[in-house]
Amino acid sequence: MLGLYRFLKYSAILGWSAFVIGPFLWALSTSFKTSEGIVSGATYIPWLQYKPSLEGWGVLFRRGGQGIDIIGPYLASLTVTLSASAISLVLGTLAAYGLSRFRYKAGPIKNADITFFFISQRIMPPIVLAIPFFLMLQAIGLLDSKLGLILVYIALLMPIAVWVMVDFFNNIPIELDETAMLDGCSPVKTFFRVILPNCKPGLVVAGLFCIIFGWNDFFFAFILTFTKTQLLPVAVVSLNSSVTPWWSLSASALVSVAPLVILAFIVEKYLSRGGLAGAIK
Amino acid sequence: MSLTLENITKVVDGSTHLHRIDLTLQKGSFNIFLGPTLAGKTSLLRLLAGLDQPTTGQILKNGQDLSSIPVWKRNVSMVYQQFINYPHLNIFENIAFPLRRTRMDKAKIDEKVRNAARKLRIEEFLNRSPGELSGGQQQRVALARSFVKGADLLLLDEPLVNLDYKLREQLRDEFSNIFSENKDTIVIYSTTDPLEALLLGGDMMVLNEGRQLQSGPTHDVYRSPCSDEVARVFNDPPMNMIDGVVEGGRIILGQEVVVPQIKHLRDLPEGRHRFGLRANALSLFRADPDDVAIEAKVELGEINGSETFVHIRHNNVSWVVQENGVHDHSLGQRISIYFNPDYLFAFDAKGALAAVPKSGPASSSLDG
Repeated sequence: MLGLYRFLKYSAILGWSAFVIGPFLWALSTSFKTSEGIVSGATYIPWLQYKPSLEGWGVLFRRGGQGIDIIGPYLASLTVTLSASAISLVLGTLAAYGLSRFRYKAGPIKNADITFFFISQRIMPPIVLAIPFFLMLQAIGLLDSKLGLILVYIALLMPIAVWVMVDFFNNIPIELDETAMLDGCSPVKTFFRVILPNCKPGLVVAGLFCIIFGWNDFFFAFILTFTKTQLLPVAVVSLNSSVTPWWSLSASALVSVAPLVILAFIVEKYLSRGGLAGAIK
Repeated sequence: MSLTLENITKVVDGSTHLHRIDLTLQKGSFNIFLGPTLAGKTSLLRLLAGLDQPTTGQILKNGQDLSSIPVWKRNVSMVYQQFINYPHLNIFENIAFPLRRTRMDKAKIDEKVRNAARKLRIEEFLNRSPGELSGGQQQRVALARSFVKGADLLLLDEPLVNLDYKLREQLRDEFSNIFSENKDTIVIYSTTDPLEALLLGGDMMVLNEGRQLQSGPTHDVYRSPCSDEVARVFNDPPMNMIDGVVEGGRIILGQEVVVPQIKHLRDLPEGRHRFGLRANALSLFRADPDDVAIEAKVELGEINGSETFVHIRHNNVSWVVQENGVHDHSLGQRISIYFNPDYLFAFDAKGALAAVPKSGPASSSLDG
């Protein structure tokens, strides 16, 4: 019985892993192919079935002709995503701490309403926000600029940070704050010396969400930029599959997901630890 | 240093948590706040700590109003009933935390932390993190942290309630040693457990439903509770109460139990009274020819270690008998219980103490 259960369990895990990893491996394999590797039908294993070449990758760093220069959009994407995520995380964490620990009241508006206001930003379909954002950036002259995109992304990412962190702070007993204050910490010191160090897992999760959403956004990057500024998703999409060979498309896809994969490996120990609530009894 | 509470009231969302509390605490004193849950003990401790502000009234330290001084400048320590420690710091740093907020030099901090850890027997855990300790050890860490800074005011909010029975006894025994060294500190210890209050001694205030019922030396309050309410709160099981009438030199309890009006009951005026008997003043056996017998029906028998609590019903009044040893009774069984009238408490129609026994039963170590 146990043997069967084990067999099914590992089969399921293996099947799922193959489903997830398979396309990556295929793309990886394809990115080293040349036209010779394809004409003779589907091939999978380099050296054995086809001769690997860096031809496909070269296209990504070539200017003009068939190629695109991916380095510019890549750096732009990194700058915009990381800046927007960092600012969102800082502001969102502070806002979340306030919402978790202090009572606000402005007429009928209370803490729960403010929290909902943040989260409600994500309820609307992005298309609803596109025109207002366009007009606003136009008004302040930040269309087609990294700064403009950073501002827009902060508006999109901060709700995620607030949402994750409010929940996280709510799980930290308020007695911990009180003990810190009784031990001589002002509220600001309490936050930085006691609460923040105990929030690492929450910060990692919130930060990861921000970076993933920011990095993967195509819609706003497409609508709010034209020529001067180009982010990676827009650049990758501009590769035309009828002109650009498959191997280059594969290479660009791999390059696009690489940062997220690397990041996931770095923060994996925080995510799998899971004992966020168990940290404080 | 002295701390004075003047007419403290706390109202939260329309419900009164504390009602007109007046109290003065002297430095070096050990004070117990005794009351059932929701009596207002924690509310009062939080006001004293400065975590909450009173709705009306003042808290004065040496005659100076404290309301404008924030918590972190008050030199107060507090231990919660939950084990609260800093999860990101090891035990040493947990205990050192309040000292690091001051300008104390490192060697001195080290000495103080090790001293406190030795007293609470957590020396060997100084390099561990709180999550690696058992509940009892975690609470010792919290206690060590609260002692180490030598606060003016040390608040212990049911610190032992979440520990198991053995640990509770052990820590309680150690408390008297630890507290006796804090000559300048006002210690306040809140508990729901009358026995714990008696074991710790000191001074006390009895609270119920946000009202201050009685203050004074713990053992005096136990011996002569000023009202039937205090008598109920300060006895576990609660003091048995029965209405009675004093007339013509005798006392009729309930409808038919007749007790001669002698000794400490002699001066009771005629009329309705309420009489109280501690559970341990009732017995399943006649010990003295003068004992009064009551016929009653067994409702429940609880055997608790070496003692038996027999819940009985007599003329629609439920009583609890506390008897040494294990005694089995079947439900509904009719038994006789006995009490010595010398142990009767009497309260007047308003519930105020009218007559108090000279002594308690021999089994009660306090009054013996």
